[in-house]
Amino acid sequence: MLWVAFALMTGAAILCALWPLSRRRSGPEGQARAIAFHKAQLAEIDRDVERGQLPPSEAAGARAEAARRLIAASDVAKTTAGAGDGRASLRARAAVVIVFVAIPLVTFGLYLKLGSPNLPDQPILARAGAAGNGDLGAALAKIEAHLIADPNDGRGFKVIAPVYMRLGRFDDAAKAFGEALRLLGEDAPMRADYGEALTAAAGGIVTAQARAAFEQALTDRGDLPKARYYIGLAAEQDGDKPKATAIYQKLLADGPAGAPWLANVRERLAGLEAAPAAPGGEAAAIAALDPAAQQSAIRGMVERLAERLAQNGDDAQGWLRLIRAYGVLHETDKARDALVQARKAMTGNETAGRDLDALAREFGLGS
Amino acid sequence: MIVEIGHYALTLALALALVQAIVPLWGTLRGDEGLASVGQSCALGQFVAIALSFGALVQAHLASDFSVLNVAENSHSAVPTIYKISGVWGNHEGSMLLWVLILAFFGALVAGLGRGLPLILRANVLAVQGFISAAFLAFILLTSNPFARLSPAPFEGRDLNPVLQDLGLAIHPPLLYLGYVGFSIVFSFAAAALIEGRIDAAWARFVRPFALVAWCFLTLGIAMGSYWAYYTLGWGGFWFWDPVENASLMPWLAGTAFVHSVAVMEKRDALKVWTIFLAILAFSFSLLGTFLVRSGVLTSVHAFASDPSRGVFILAILALFIGGALALFAWRAPMLKRGGLFAPISREGALVLNNLLLTTTCAGVLIGTLYPLALEQLTGEKITVGAPFFNMTCGVLLLMLCVVVPFGQSLAWKRGDLLGVAQRLSVAAAIGLCIFIALFATLRGGPVLAPIAAGLAIYIILGSLSEIAARVWRRGASLGVLFSRARGLPLSAWGSALAHIGVGVTLLGLAATAFGAETIASMRVGEPQNVGPYQVTFQSVASRPGPNYSEVVAKADIRSGGTIVASVEPAKRFFSARQTSTTQAGIATLWFGQLYISIGDQTGDGAVAARLYWKPLVTFIWLGACLMAFGGALSLADRRLRIGAPAPARSGSPAIAAR
Repeated sequence: MLWVAFALMTGAAILCALWPLSRRRSGPEGQARAIAFHKAQLAEIDRDVERGQLPPSEAAGARAEAARRLIAASDVAKTTAGAGDGRASLRARAAVVIVFVAIPLVTFGLYLKLGSPNLPDQPILARAGAAGNGDLGAALAKIEAHLIADPNDGRGFKVIAPVYMRLGRFDDAAKAFGEALRLLGEDAPMRADYGEALTAAAGGIVTAQARAAFEQALTDRGDLPKARYYIGLAAEQDGDKPKATAIYQKLLADGPAGAPWLANVRERLAGLEAAPAAPGGEAAAIAALDPAAQQSAIRGMVERLAERLAQNGDDAQGWLRLIRAYGVLHETDKARDALVQARKAMTGNETAGRDLDALAREFGLGS
Repeated sequence: MIVEIGHYALTLALALALVQAIVPLWGTLRGDEGLASVGQSCALGQFVAIALSFGALVQAHLASDFSVLNVAENSHSAVPTIYKISGVWGNHEGSMLLWVLILAFFGALVAGLGRGLPLILRANVLAVQGFISAAFLAFILLTSNPFARLSPAPFEGRDLNPVLQDLGLAIHPPLLYLGYVGFSIVFSFAAAALIEGRIDAAWARFVRPFALVAWCFLTLGIAMGSYWAYYTLGWGGFWFWDPVENASLMPWLAGTAFVHSVAVMEKRDALKVWTIFLAILAFSFSLLGTFLVRSGVLTSVHAFASDPSRGVFILAILALFIGGALALFAWRAPMLKRGGLFAPISREGALVLNNLLLTTTCAGVLIGTLYPLALEQLTGEKITVGAPFFNMTCGVLLLMLCVVVPFGQSLAWKRGDLLGVAQRLSVAAAIGLCIFIALFATLRGGPVLAPIAAGLAIYIILGSLSEIAARVWRRGASLGVLFSRARGLPLSAWGSALAHIGVGVTLLGLAATAFGAETIASMRVGEPQNVGPYQVTFQSVASRPGPNYSEVVAKADIRSGGTIVASVEPAKRFFSARQTSTTQAGIATLWFGQLYISIGDQTGDGAVAARLYWKPLVTFIWLGACLMAFGGALSLADRRLRIGAPAPARSGSPAIAAR
């Protein structure tokens, strides 16, 4: 259908460009038109004088001027009268061929490169109808207006937050969940939703803030699958694969059969087992973010790593990664602190000590 | 489907523009009328294609189709319908599409209505127009495609920049573009004349309506932009000598010069080469403005998202057209048949002086605009060339021009009587002088330019009126006779008088800014504050929700001598979708002056920071611009322009020629 429309439009354009060529006309005829025009002008002056719109003194000058141009036009007509006719028809044929080739070539060439012929229109009404919830925008605007008027309505925030999530407005969703929690009091599933919104806003990275939310949700309800899943994801993003695997496996074992999120957990687990060494998934996820989000995602990961090492310092690779990360982020002070702590934690481990020295030299952190 | 049809139509328009550029030119070079007339149908077809394309984009904005990147980035489903439509050109891609739409519209006008045009001239004009069109269509398609798609589409758009959510956006850009793009037709006419190597008074007659239309719209567009900045930026300024504003002022100055010099050419068949040069200049400045605004050289609300590849592309277009036209000019201009000489004391002499002053002013603006940019590129040093520079260069030049304006209008063509004119203008000059002295005496120590400008403004207004009066007045004639004499005056005489009165009115408004009052105060509810001759009291300060924003509104009463003369509601709006705020100034128009209140942040103790201005006669600035445009429109409606009947070129006495 679309291509039929394109073909018709192209045809119309070609016809439009060629239409003047189809009308036979030669040089003298065109000049005759110019002569006729000047004659018409003379007649017009006479009419104006009759109607009294032009004073006679002015009309004389106007007539002289028009007559002068009439003579000039006739001169041109005489000189061009002898122009050859055969060449003209040859040129016309060449022009027809050029137009016939050039218009489709330019148009289709450019359109195929730039256009998206397979993408249908997606007006918002049709999309809202397809989602089965009428005029979503209007409903949303109504709730938003209500919340501006009454910013202490926790239930309103609770209703609107999941809608924001669905619309992909994750920052707004996180804010709304936060407000709902503040106004309605602690609620473990909602706390987990809050963490999920924060994670989504950070482009899928479980930030320290999000992690704190999941941990709080778990202290209230230890079996909350969503919170457990994200804690697992956080472990995976920290590079702590055994812990992540354990959490996912436990989730699968505990989960009621037919729960929609089981497939997701299985996928993650399969991903962990299939690619034991490659942190590719996460690196790719970070690489896909825009620079500002990238920065905050990386910082979130570094924060979590530092937290984990502060609790359990027996991880030489972890320390090396942390110091390197601070070095790359140009946070020299933090890197020095981490180096001191790492040396303390690694006393007695000679290989780790050597690695730390090498790293300290690499980033110029002193001894 | 609709979106893709729009996209396809745009590529089709490019193909048609290329045919329109090349085939007619080939035809005129070979003297082949068949080929030469291809341009007309192509121009019409191109206009239809671009209109289709523009319609598709409007439809996408109206339907909030966020699968179109342009809609997703610049619209929101909750935005009121009027801003959904104006949002189409409230962004770079859409505004460029509007630009080519207007370009194609003018092209179609030449093709459809230019029946009186000599065939060769029309073919060449359309060919040049085709080149311009093709260049800009390629620019749009390759670097700023409004039909780029997003898949998957987001559920909500990022909203239109709150500063642009204003009626001003619906009006200002189309007006300005009609002006800019109108000068492209003038440019095409100049280039066509150079290609053909023939230029005469008839050429001037054909190009003058287009130049007048462009000039009127540019005048209105600049005035509208200035008023918009005035009421929306919240600090009461209406002109900042900002590079973006200068970019629109330069084509206006060159265009004003052109409108005058083309009149000389039409009447006296002189100043041909200079007129051609001005035509090239006016459009070159339009292009330069586009480059400055859209390349990212400047940061401004007009820049939208800037992108280096766009800058390079526009620079290439700029070099191609300005360079090409100037090369053509250098090659062809010496071959043009020169017009007659003329006496310095004549209307054409005065118009030459006008042209000199206008182009010098234009050069001043150009230097003031480009010098800081060049310096920053070369040395990294940032300087600001501000109002003092422009006031002392352009301001003084324009004031000098104002002295000449009534003379130019009153002198006869060919050989003028300077003494007689001076006698007639002496009354106007005397009254202007009195005003100057009175103001200067009462406002000692103030800016010197302001009383001078006020005196000159009165002199121009009275001088222009006296010109009309002198033509209508006959001793002893009855009122009826005078009335019919006034009706008998050509519309162009009324037009030029009105336009010059407009200049005076604007100048008066500008001069009056020096006599205003300004207070920055921390306002509490119920406490009156004096500004100028008025007292302002805030009745309340409260929050209020809007459709897609929330605002803090102050209700203010304005009293004069105890009685309330007006109430306004200045507000500060916060738009959550973009996390930005805008100021809505509260403006009360009292006679021709305005009381202007804009509020800032609330301080902790219940007070709110506010700027209060009393601006006497400030509306004259924009009313004057409207008068100028109206004068231009009257001149456009003049009989000789409508039917193209030639007026005497050299016959009759000078007195008749002047009438």
